[in-house]
Amino acid sequence: MFQNLGEMLMLLGRTLRMLPQTWGQRRKVMDQLFEIGNASLLMVCVLSLFIGGVLALQTGPVLVDRGLGSVLGGIIGLSMCKELSPVMVAVLIAGRIGSAMAAEIGSMQVYQEIDALRTMNIHPVRYLVLPRLVAICVALPLLVLFSVLVGWTGGLLVSANNPEIALPTEGFLSNLRQSVEIADLANGLLKSIVFAAIIGTVSCHQGLHTIGGPRGIGRSVTKAVVNSIVLILVLDYFLTRVLLYIDL
Amino acid sequence: MIPNGTSPHQGVGVRVRGLRKALGGRAVLQDIDLDVHPGETFVIMGPSGSGKTVLLKHIIGLESPDAGEILLDGQPLHAPGLMDRFRLAMVFQSSALLSSITVAENVGLYLAEHRLHSPAEITRIVREKLALVGLADSEDKYPGELSGGMRKRAAIARALVMNPHLILYDEPTSELDPLIALAIADEIRRLQLRLGVTSIVVTHDRDLAFGIADRIAMIHEGRILAVGGPGQIRQSAVPLVQRFLQAEFKEPNLATETTSP
Repeated sequence: MFQNLGEMLMLLGRTLRMLPQTWGQRRKVMDQLFEIGNASLLMVCVLSLFIGGVLALQTGPVLVDRGLGSVLGGIIGLSMCKELSPVMVAVLIAGRIGSAMAAEIGSMQVYQEIDALRTMNIHPVRYLVLPRLVAICVALPLLVLFSVLVGWTGGLLVSANNPEIALPTEGFLSNLRQSVEIADLANGLLKSIVFAAIIGTVSCHQGLHTIGGPRGIGRSVTKAVVNSIVLILVLDYFLTRVLLYIDL
Repeated sequence: MIPNGTSPHQGVGVRVRGLRKALGGRAVLQDIDLDVHPGETFVIMGPSGSGKTVLLKHIIGLESPDAGEILLDGQPLHAPGLMDRFRLAMVFQSSALLSSITVAENVGLYLAEHRLHSPAEITRIVREKLALVGLADSEDKYPGELSGGMRKRAAIARALVMNPHLILYDEPTSELDPLIALAIADEIRRLQLRLGVTSIVVTHDRDLAFGIADRIAMIHEGRILAVGGPGQIRQSAVPLVQRFLQAEFKEPNLATETTSP
């Protein structure tokens, strides 16, 4: 496990050192961005709408019973942008995009395409990992931002239309505006960049270390998704501690 | 920037000294010594699992030896700047074309990634090389849409685009029917004559070996048994070489027997 972690950190370091060469790979970055957006936008939309709705449904009646209905906008607003959107979207992207990255690079490894790149003096990290890592680090914060907005909408719709809550739209929005600051949004976006780096690095690392045939590719895909999700959830705790400590 | 042109040039000489490699505790290469002269077609022949491909991967730098060294024109393979002076290309047994891009993009990949020419010039060079291997009308196809022989020829075109000093072929005629195998063998020979490039071909196909080789090395269980011209190898007194060369099907009636009542 520690060897894997070390290798992943080295891969991340090597990719970061190649960041100045991103412009030369811009076409591949755009292709990856399109791939990520195209594959996940609708899913993020549905997921976020219902998470926001469920959050309102679970907390709304309890708060209203205790005469605290007016703080619902703030609770949903902060929960979505600081925790739920970054984590849920990252988990979704790990399953949807991380698996695809591991499978594609893994199959290139198994079928000697990466060896072919090396014989042409083309560095696999620059050609394969850099565009994917850059694309996911750009796309995930954007998806999280989108998810936050859709999640708030879901919460607002349920709060306004559920008879047990029946919170006026203006009341919901006004509490949300009072409670959520730009720093809270930045908190979630910062987390999403870290999660994106985890997904990209873990998935590309698993792909590059694939051995065997189709079974090896399957193993790499499973490991990429499971390891990404575990690392996201573990790091989320420590990241939250750090962000609370620096008061962000 | 890596130099590139389209003019013919002299190939590079390869010297292998005391090369040893063990994989999974098994000695795959044992004290290999070889000299490949500039501009010659050198065939490494031997049965499956004898270490041919591993040797080829060492020569192009995809594997690191446990002991020994590989020299290109007297310079160690990993010497700084060597890969800027010499371009090495490899045609893989599986062709190893990138499946997510078209044949033309595959062939032009080296030039595009190293930004050696303008896009228009790359398109012209790619068309020229594809025409050379008889794939002029396949540039927009994906590797998955090509037959085994076409993929092999596209891989040769991809190697040629590098204008290499040394081309390594790993089982270039395996999985091909005899007619396409002959066409590939012709292609290898023509390229060597036209461009003067050094070619190292790994194969277990005796017809291909004796058809194209200037010299042949016989390898068995990671050891070189004999090196020489095709005539010398045919006359070799080494029993394992003669066994490999003379192995043939002895049951011509097998098909008749299985179909007769």
